[in-house]
Parts: sequence; C-alpha cells; structure tokens
Amino acid sequence: MEPAKQSDEITWSFNVNGNAVNVKASAELSLLTALRQDLDLKGTRIGCAQGNCGACTVLQDGRPVQSCTTPLYTVNGHDIVTIEGLLNDGLPGKVQQAFLDEQAAQCGYCINGIIMTVTGLIERSPAASRQEIVEALDERHLCRCGAQSRILRAIDRVIGDQTGRQP
Amino acid sequence: MTAKLPANLAANPQLNRWVSIDAAGLFTIRTGKVELGQGVMTAIAAIAAKELCVDLDRIRMSPADTGISPDEGYTAGSFSIERGGSAMRWACAQVRELFEKRAQQILGDQKLIVQSGIFTGVGHNDGISYWEMAPDIDLNQSSTELPSPEMLGGSIDTGMQRLDLGEKLTGPAFIQDMTLPGMHYGRVMRPGHPMDRLVSFDRVQVAALPGVVAVVFDGGFMGIVAQRDDQAVWAVEAATRTAQWQREAELPYPGDANGWMAAVTPRSTTFLTDDGPEPSPAKRHHAAYSRPFLAHASIGPSCAVASWDGGDLTVWSHSQGVHPLQRTLARALRIDPERARVIHVQGAGCYGHNGADDVALDAALLARAANVPVMCMWSRADELRWSPFGAAMRVELDGAIDDAGNIVAWRHAVWSPPHLARPGFGAGVNLLAARSLANPLEPSPPDDAPRPYGGGDRNAVPIYKLGKRTITHHLLPQGPLRSSALRSLGAHCNVFAIESFMDGLAALAGIDPVAFRLHHLDDPRAIGVIRGAAELSKWDATDRGGEGFGRGIGFSRYKNQGAYYAAVAIVEVTDRIHLRKVYGAVDAGEIIHRDGTLNQIEGGIIQAASWTLKEQVGWTDSGFAVSSWDDYPIMNFSEIPHIETTIIEHAGEPALGVGECATGPLAAAIGNAIAHAMGVRLRDMPLTPERLESTINSL
Repeated sequence: MEPAKQSDEITWSFNVNGNAVNVKASAELSLLTALRQDLDLKGTRIGCAQGNCGACTVLQDGRPVQSCTTPLYTVNGHDIVTIEGLLNDGLPGKVQQAFLDEQAAQCGYCINGIIMTVTGLIERSPAASRQEIVEALDERHLCRCGAQSRILRAIDRVIGDQTGRQP
Repeated sequence: MTAKLPANLAANPQLNRWVSIDAAGLFTIRTGKVELGQGVMTAIAAIAAKELCVDLDRIRMSPADTGISPDEGYTAGSFSIERGGSAMRWACAQVRELFEKRAQQILGDQKLIVQSGIFTGVGHNDGISYWEMAPDIDLNQSSTELPSPEMLGGSIDTGMQRLDLGEKLTGPAFIQDMTLPGMHYGRVMRPGHPMDRLVSFDRVQVAALPGVVAVVFDGGFMGIVAQRDDQAVWAVEAATRTAQWQREAELPYPGDANGWMAAVTPRSTTFLTDDGPEPSPAKRHHAAYSRPFLAHASIGPSCAVASWDGGDLTVWSHSQGVHPLQRTLARALRIDPERARVIHVQGAGCYGHNGADDVALDAALLARAANVPVMCMWSRADELRWSPFGAAMRVELDGAIDDAGNIVAWRHAVWSPPHLARPGFGAGVNLLAARSLANPLEPSPPDDAPRPYGGGDRNAVPIYKLGKRTITHHLLPQGPLRSSALRSLGAHCNVFAIESFMDGLAALAGIDPVAFRLHHLDDPRAIGVIRGAAELSKWDATDRGGEGFGRGIGFSRYKNQGAYYAAVAIVEVTDRIHLRKVYGAVDAGEIIHRDGTLNQIEGGIIQAASWTLKEQVGWTDSGFAVSSWDDYPIMNFSEIPHIETTIIEHAGEPALGVGECATGPLAAAIGNAIAHAMGVRLRDMPLTPERLESTINSL
C-alpha cells in the first residue's frame, strides 16, 4: 500500500510574537513543529501531539489553539503569540510572574500552555470568574503532577491584580 | 544530627565529587539525585547553602552526570532528602571545616564565624572568603579520612523559590528542547499488542521518504532516523501501513487484572508471623481489595539524545538513575561501561520508572546505526502502552477483635506482579529494545524490591498494635502489561486495604474510626498526624454520615520508616463521586523546604485521587486498550479538591521525603468517606459511580 503523499512545500507567512516569519513546509505541517523546529521557539512544549493535553497551546489572533493539531495552512497571515512573546525585556510577563510568585508548578511541563490559555482568557474577559477559568482549563489542559490548586491560585492572583478582586 | 557517615558519601567519599568552589565565588554542587519536578535540586541547594554558610545565589546545581557526579543510584523511594540530602550536608560541613581551619591559620583567630561565605574573627572586621582560599585548598580528599563534622542542620529556607521554574516558564528547559550540532531525529515503530513482534515492512519505500537518512531494522526492533522530527514521524506512520507482525502469545483474561491475578501461580513468602496461638476473638472480619494496572501517563513524551564519538557514547536522559542506566546501556550495546556516559536533563514530571530509560537505548541504537547524533522521542500511544505500568494488586485481609475492641489477630495477603523492573535490577537487561534485537538480551526474571521497604509488600505491615500478625507476599510473574515502579509501589493499595479494613473493624467494635486507630497506636508521631488531620477537618465522631455526604480517614507511615501522613477526605456522592476536600497532617521530621513539602503533598493527593477514582489500564484480545488521553482520563481542574495540610515539624529529627507518603492514606480516606456517605463500601479501585451503583444494587 502506498503511503498518503505529503503535499508539496509552500512558503507560509505569518506573525510570531510580532515578527513576520516565513516557513517553507507542506500545508499539513503542524504549527508546533514549525515553531519548535523551524523557528527555534522551544518554550512551546511538545505533549501528546494529538490535541488532548494542551502543553503546546499558543495564541492565534488572541485565541488559544493547540499548536500540535493546527496545520500551517490555517495560520497563514495570522498572528501567533508564544510563551516567548509574553516576556517584557527578557523578564517574565505578568501571568508568568504570577505563576512564579505562587510557585504554581511541579515539573512545569504543562504550565506554558496553561499560561497561554490564561493570557488569552483574561484579555477577552479581564474579570473572568473561577468557573470560566476552570471550564477553559478543563477543555484543553492536563497536569499530571497535581499542581492544579496552585495553578488556580496563580490565576486568582493575576485577576486580583487587575480587578482588585479578592480570591 | 546523625553521627554516622552517610552511606551515599561512604560510597563516593571524595569531597570534590560533591562540591567545588572557584575563585569567582561560585559553588558547584553535584548530587547524584535528579530533578523530576519534585523540587529536589532546590532542597539540596538549600541544604548546601546552609551548611556551607553561603548565599543561595552562589550555588550552582550541576545535573547528575556519570562522568563527574557521585553515584547515588536512583532518585526514588522518597530517599532523596533522607539519603542524598544527608550525604550532601555532611560533605558540605566537612568542606566548611577545611576552609575554617585554613582561615584560622590566616587570620590567627581561634573563634571564627562564617556568614555569606566570609570567615571573620569574633569582634574583628577583617575576614577571608571561601573563594580567596579556594585556589589553595584541594578538595580531592576522602571524607572517610576527615573527622566527623559538626553540622548546623536545617536549611536556609524561608520563602525560598524553586531554582528551575524561571527558565521553564519562559523558554527552552527540557530534554525535548535540546539540540546538538548535526543532530537528527529518531522515532521507533512499536506494535499495538504487547506480544507482537515485527516481521517485515516495506523498507525500500520508507527509505525513500523525504529526509530519511537511516532505516534501522534489527531483529524485531525498527526505527527511523530523519533530518527532522516530523519526517521521522511520517516515515514511521508510512511503515506502519505495510508492517507485518507475528503474535508470539495471546493475552490472558482480556481487561481483567483480578481474573489474571487469581489464575497465575505466585511465588509466596510469609515474611512475618508472630509467635503464639491465635486468641479466640469475639468478632471476625474478612475483605478483599484490588487496584488495576495504572499508567505512568507523563505529560511529556519520553525522550533521549545519543551521540557516538568513535566507540564512546554520550546519552542525555531524563532517567531517574543515570549511573544504573549507564551500566545497563553498556550491557545492551555490548560496550565497556567506561565508554558510556549518561547526563541528566530534565523531562516532564516523573513518578517512577517510565519510558526514560527505554528511549535512551532506542536513541543509542539509532545514533549508532545512522552515525549521527539522534534525539529520539516516543509517541503518545507508545507512552501509554510501552512505558512500564504501575502493577495491579489484590489484597485479602482477615482480622479479629475482642470484646473490648482490641485487634487480636491480623492476616494480610497481597498478590501482585513486580513493582521493580528498573535497569540494573536483577541479572538481565531491563531495557525494552534489548529483547527485540536479532542478538537479544533478556530482561531480569520477575522479582520485587527487597524488604524492608518492599515492592508489592510495601507497607503491608501496619504500625498498629494488632495482636498476632501473619503477612504474606504472593509475587506474580510479569503480566499482560509490563509493570515496574510507580510512586509508592505497593503502598497505595496495601494502605488502601488496611485503612479500609480498619474502618470495618472499628464499625464491628462500635468505635469511632479515629478513636479506634489512636487506641491501636503507641507512636506519638503517628498519633500526632491522626489528631492533626482530625482537628483540621473538625472531625465529628457523632456524625452518622449518609445522605450522600461523608468523611473518612486514612493513615500510614510510609515504608514504616519515612514520613507520617494522615488524611481526612470529604466526599459528596451525586450521580458522580466528588472529592470535595482533603485535610491532612504530615510529619516529615525536619523541614528543608516548606513550600516544596506542601507542593509534594498536594501533588501526591491529586495524583492518588486520580488513580483511586478514575484510572485503569485494560487490554483486549487485539492488544493495548489505550492509545491517547481520550482512553485514559486523569483528574481535571473541576475535579480537584480543596486541600489543607498541617506540617508537624520536628527540628533536629532526620528530614524525610514526602513525595509518596500521601497516596495510600488518601485512597483509603476516599474509600472510607464513600462508605460513610452511602453505607456501602467499594473495595476495587477505581472507585467509580458505576461500581457504586452495582454494589448498591447487589445488596
């Protein structure tokens, strides 16, 4: 049996963390592979590569997407933000800093994807409720180490900082 | 403080193996223990900084490396602080005393204080630092030939943050993020049935795919090396379509670990029998408990990088034991161990023997065949199928109480396949690919972690006063699914069974479960954590439960010599079983890193709750029953309980590990809380609403 043929390589153009990039690849290549292998942005983690665990989450036009199941043809012309794009002058951005302040990780492998989802969520909904947050995390993120309580505490801190709301 | 030379230091006595100090004032600390996400590097840095009397920002933690680090075996069994930490403390104290002696010669003062790395005479302003003296002090000295040091104890902790998280939360940090000049990418094709062996595939077609530089086919082992990872993945997918497999055996008892455990012949050892006749009791109780096979289910894929330079191999690995891996890789590859070096690089959270070691051999085989450095990663399906599983277990308990509610007889029998099949354990080669090669190397025959800590029999002996005890371990052969170490080994199910049974006996005696436990304990630290958890949860002995709301307690001392932990679980049963709250108390002796302790306890609670309520790995006639997270749900964000933990600290007592102490008590607390809420008890994990319904219907 013949394997399905990979389509021809085409140059895809999109923005990553505010910079225009071009990646020459087949249309089916995942955004995750393009980020990690072609663009050397390895803060986006490779998890299940099946769209289930959320470790590879990035923002596409402000919305969280699982980059492992996002083919390049769907990002052509769009804006992508990765964990590296949240840094301010090389220092952790506000969501990253809240996770550090709360020590909201064990191994930390799942966290960058979670930070991207949280960043997207609070940009749309700066005073998101605990229920909205939990639903957004349940929809796409797994943590095996059991750091969930701390993760929620870190998110409470971010939202508290911008709204003055007490957790 | 202990006055005996720690075993890990006795085995690696040269001080420069542990500590080196440069003239710029950087202290390189080398431990043989590895970071698994548990925060051990931070804790050991805190111990070193305290004992050396230097600031934490001068400490550089060096990852374990067989070329330079002390051999401390595996990072396992909650021993890292107890054994690795105590060795580091002793070594650092000896280093401090060597420098202090030199400073006394230079400064002429008999009494010196050392602060932030600077030695000064009392009442003097002049001082001299470690780094000024470092060029003149040779740390290539044997610890065994120096006097026992005076140790300060404790750590520099207060509010200390993890050393590794800043990097992880901002960019590359893990082994999957590594790169080497000329590095290629490898992927291995593994069968979808545990007993299948690869016979053939269309090799010519695969070799012609884009980017493929090598197709490795050795016996039943097959892997691809390509220029890019996506090309290697693509080539393996293509090869799968033409692969022919040979079934070497059928799987027994589809999906039924209990059926399989009852059908195979065990190797049985009754390792504890108290003398004397069994007293004639007033009441007897008998019950059986079980857990299924559990997946390791790490979030990141197993990954290794291998590079050959002539006949010399370097492997970067997230293994829990770089030294045992080095020796076993050398055997598998038939090279001199001196020519293999393994360097630790962090992977995703690791809770025991996962695929890290196996993928290291995969990478080494592919790199040797392709003659390029190779990063090899596993697919999610292989991660859930070919990583070793936590062993299934079955426990039977018989007990008897007298009229006063004293336990007078206790019989515990546990059946389980091995909980230990790591590289370096036994005479065989415990690396997955080795058995598939054309010139194969077999794994060790099934055995288990030796007592006193044990494997399937870990925590099979409770620390309660039980009258006449008989404890039997029935070691089963390797089962349909390869099993090895998963966080706390047999303690999860043994403690689940024991603590469920204690509630059963308490009910027979008509005594509150907390009071019943306290009545059977002498150890004040055990009593302390049970009281601590009960108080934190506002335990009400008169609460009759029912109506879908319940609370239950569970307790153990991990391995009977580690940390004490007691949990009270609060559950609500609707059409689902909700674990709402967990109140716990832990006594781990001296605390090295307070937040790290709490983090490990919280993680242990959530992971054990997930095992206990949700997880099981099955199999079918056609092979593995799992290929993605869809088939293996774990606890999500909406399911986690509210957690509160009291730390009962004992400064000056040995610091004990806390990574594993929560699993058994938490499982039992949930089971006991369900029984309290519903009036019926679930004894087979996972404790699901479906099982609850069928248990109720069978009454």
